[in-house]
Amino acid sequence: MQTTSTHTLEGAGLSCIRDDRVLFEELAFELASGQVLLLEGKNGSGKTSLLRILCGFREPDAGEINWCGDAVNDSQFYAQMAYVGHLDGVKKELTVRENLKMSLALSSVGRYSIDEALAKVHLTGYDDVLVQALSAGQKRRLSLARLLITENVLWILDEPFTSLDKQGIALIETLMTEHCANGGMIVLTSHHDIDLPDVDVQRIYLS
Amino acid sequence: MSLSRAFFAVIRRDLVLALRRRSEIANPLLFFILVITLFPLGIGAQPHLLQAIAPGIIWVSALLAAMLSLDSLFRSDFDDGSLEQILLSPHPTSVLVLAKIIAHWLVTGLPLLIVAPLLAVFLGMPNHSLGILLLTLLLGTPVLSLIGAIGVALTVGLRRGGMILSLLVLPLYVPVLIFAGNAVQMASSGLPVNAQINILIAILLMALVLAPLPTAAALKMSIS
Repeated sequence: MQTTSTHTLEGAGLSCIRDDRVLFEELAFELASGQVLLLEGKNGSGKTSLLRILCGFREPDAGEINWCGDAVNDSQFYAQMAYVGHLDGVKKELTVRENLKMSLALSSVGRYSIDEALAKVHLTGYDDVLVQALSAGQKRRLSLARLLITENVLWILDEPFTSLDKQGIALIETLMTEHCANGGMIVLTSHHDIDLPDVDVQRIYLS
Repeated sequence: MSLSRAFFAVIRRDLVLALRRRSEIANPLLFFILVITLFPLGIGAQPHLLQAIAPGIIWVSALLAAMLSLDSLFRSDFDDGSLEQILLSPHPTSVLVLAKIIAHWLVTGLPLLIVAPLLAVFLGMPNHSLGILLLTLLLGTPVLSLIGAIGVALTVGLRRGGMILSLLVLPLYVPVLIFAGNAVQMASSGLPVNAQINILIAILLMALVLAPLPTAAALKMSIS
């Protein structure tokens, strides 16, 4: 289901103050379909805070965020975004398939079926395994599989490469390139140097 | 993407989780049974006294059992990030929260209803008041889950929210306790209890409509 219309995500004049400390001020960015926004900066520089503001978990202390020209709350934003944060967001007492079915029920059907998505993240055959039996890297790949099965344009990823091995990182980079080629956009933080030769990557350095 | 599908998916997920964890069902139920069985031992051979305070014993135990089980409502979802995913869903959070509360009641409230008649007989309650006892529990325990959900949603982000939770929630439980306890007492003496039952129904309907919204708002606050 390739989206033909282009989407845009704009932030203007964003600032975030935490415990009387200014994390960032007057931050602006503009992101269109097919682009990646990489947030860089030291620990505690406000990368995660910015992502959580984008998700709507926090209010920005100033500024506004627009999705396709409308304020986030008045738009289709939440139906078109997916978030993978520090926490995997999967239930360890449920099986891999049950977890993905739950994500699907909360959102709408996307590009890939559950089986295809599991094959994509190299978890084929783990359908009926309880998540508590998976390794940390496998759990991460499972939570990234969520991005593939639900319908979305914007991926918000907080350190997606944590606990992944080299192949895992290459795999996610392939998926990200594919997503952008299909008109998607990605906002992410990462300590790893990401390697996306075919994608327009914007960088914001928070200090 | 349909809302009803999401609603039932949340209920089913929480029921499956409860079945796999077991202790979530067993703890409040065991507490309820233990407290009630200890009363006759503590009071000694005074069947009339026991009979007179039986409705109070059962209702206070149900209330404390509900308090005990409240923390499990959002705790694990908060800890593993599932709550973030629920909040990010395009569906209204309050509806999904209501699904979670219903599942919580099915797991922690319904079992109390099932064992209550047995325990009532054990305390020497007259048979004709058993029906009213069950009715008050059926109307009252969902209110405990609904009101409790607001308190848990407010305190789930705090590291030691247990004490604050009980301070927040217990005063709001008092009306249910008063009307339900009174109804059962009246029924034991053969008096009509329509008024109390109507008030309990009103409280339940009000909680059903009014509790999910502040719960959803409080969860958004807790997660930031």
